Amino acid sequence: METLETIKNLTMTQWSFYAVSVLTLFGALGTILSKNPIHSVIYLIMTFFSLSAHYVLLNAQFLAAVNIVVYAGAIMVLFLFVVMFLNIKDEAPELDNNKIVIGASIVGGTIGVILVAAIRLTESQKIDPSTYQIKTGFIETLGQLLYSKYLLPFELVSVLFLIAMSGAVMLGRKEKGERNF
Amino acid sequence: MENQLPAMPDVIAQVPLNNYVLLASILFIIGIAGVLIRRNAIIMLMSIELMLNAVNLLLVAFSSYRSDPNGQIFVFFIMAVAAAEVAVGLAIIVMIYRNIRSIDISLLDKLRG
Amino acid sequence: MDSVFLIKSLIILGIFALSLGIAAYETYFERVIAAFIQDRVGPDRAGPFGLLQPLADAGKLFFKEDFIPTLADKWLFILGPSLAMLTALMTSAVIPFGDSILYDGHEILVQGIEVNIGILWVFGVVSLGVYGILIGGWASNNKYSLYGAIRAASQNISYELAMGLSIIAVLMMSGSLSLRTIVEEQHGMNWNVFYQPLGFIIFLTCSFAECNRTPFDLPESENELVAGYHTEYGSMKLGLFLFSEYVNMFISSAVIATLFFGGFNYPGMDWVYSALTSKMGEVTGHNLATLVGTLVFFGKIAFFIFVYMWVRWTLPRFRYDQLMDLGWKGLIPLAVVNMIITAAAELSNQPLLVNWIGLGVFIALLYAGSALMKSKKTSV
Repeated sequence: METLETIKNLTMTQWSFYAVSVLTLFGALGTILSKNPIHSVIYLIMTFFSLSAHYVLLNAQFLAAVNIVVYAGAIMVLFLFVVMFLNIKDEAPELDNNKIVIGASIVGGTIGVILVAAIRLTESQKIDPSTYQIKTGFIETLGQLLYSKYLLPFELVSVLFLIAMSGAVMLGRKEKGERNF
Repeated sequence: MENQLPAMPDVIAQVPLNNYVLLASILFIIGIAGVLIRRNAIIMLMSIELMLNAVNLLLVAFSSYRSDPNGQIFVFFIMAVAAAEVAVGLAIIVMIYRNIRSIDISLLDKLRG
Repeated sequence: MDSVFLIKSLIILGIFALSLGIAAYETYFERVIAAFIQDRVGPDRAGPFGLLQPLADAGKLFFKEDFIPTLADKWLFILGPSLAMLTALMTSAVIPFGDSILYDGHEILVQGIEVNIGILWVFGVVSLGVYGILIGGWASNNKYSLYGAIRAASQNISYELAMGLSIIAVLMMSGSLSLRTIVEEQHGMNWNVFYQPLGFIIFLTCSFAECNRTPFDLPESENELVAGYHTEYGSMKLGLFLFSEYVNMFISSAVIATLFFGGFNYPGMDWVYSALTSKMGEVTGHNLATLVGTLVFFGKIAFFIFVYMWVRWTLPRFRYDQLMDLGWKGLIPLAVVNMIITAAAELSNQPLLVNWIGLGVFIALLYAGSALMKSKKTSV
């Protein structure tokens, strides 16, 4: 009865938090449990969208947009592209193998119990509205920080991208006499 | 003007930080379970992405609750590294597929003694 | 507060209805312009001047048999066109269609939502646009559909890069990602196109590619791939795919007008504003001036939609390797050069002058380089 009362008293923001959280977990479970890789990719896109919604709730609009552009717009298109090209059959025999599933559940469950037990012991600090900076997640704040304190890592990321790009091109190159797929 | 900024986001006043920590933990565990259960290399890579995103969510939540932008910068870098990782990882998967016509990682046991 | 909310909802509803209505009539004007360019009569049967043609088309599509191929993935087959339509409509939320409406002491912006990451939102949604085509093409379980889908994906990803780089040059000038701020920066004929002619050309080319319009309509090229990604589609599902292309055209015209052609700014708008406010009073004059600005904005959009159609019926289609060459070896280096020139111009006191001088020097260098290459080739 008490849970029903709490559900009735949820505010708009709390409703959206729980709805988006359920969507996130549903997408994540769908990702690892679908037999068809294409369905997995689509579930994962759903998860990324709901994570973006979480970022918007947390007032981090810049990261929400970057999450959509980078993850949903670029990374997942790559995944979809590769899955379509490889034309993998639908079957997923490992999901019927009880030994693996039970083992994985035990490991995952143990980590989960440890994490939840640790989290329950923590006490969250009260947030003081008077010192709160509403502009934390705004692009102006992040941009200032990115180009002053984090300038070196930022430049190194571009080097990383260059290396990753040439690495991917080298790996994907067809050698002499090799057939196309 | 209707563009007045509120003092702080509603979510911070109404949803305790522990909920976000719990959500991120569950997401992380789902990612671990994915890596353990599946033998399909692409889905394992996607599970790793799930774990990375759980960490991202945690960092953004802490950063937003404590109004400290440094956490969000880290998320930005994690996204950049994830993009590079996926590009190389998928290239490796395509190479594996070309060589053994499958992406089931249990077939890759040539190094077993 | 309630009436303010009502007006805001009306504005959002109006924007939504207008983008659908304009997209519907784009199909009509496409045919009229095609007929004009090819010296034909065009649609003239349904209603006066064939104006009811879009309704007739919609009726035809709705009443056709809805067909799902046996071996297709049923849910994804339905999801494909829905996603295409959804992503096409999502962008219009952040585009400022006009200044603001004064009502009851409140200032209500003629815009879905004003966010400080407007252009990133547009960019993110554009990068999602490929999913509808990719999923629909794969779900059809047809080789030609899959080829069309994969072409669409690689084309969209390739041209997004050059598009993003050309937007960065605009962002450097305005110093904000909010579309409203970008528009307000261009007040008084400071249109970005005068500072960014090269950026504008790159952006226009990329938006042709992003909308899958001729000369970049390889995903649906009928002489190679039957009909490309929508080979297996029929009835209103096909209608949604085709319709989303027209909505995309409308939205990208609006984005071009916002980024490069001053949005709702027009020459002499300050004079019109002061004349209207002095004649009609502060509130009515302001609202009327906003209306004029919105109309001007729609005029600009109409012009760019016309450019889209003009190009479609003038230029032939690219070959696939030419398309990739243009994207990766042509537009991306050009966009980087444009970025460097813009950065130099922004650091100087005379951005307009330095921009044009930089462009001139670049073109001269290109010309000299190509001449040098030619003379070397002939001598050997």
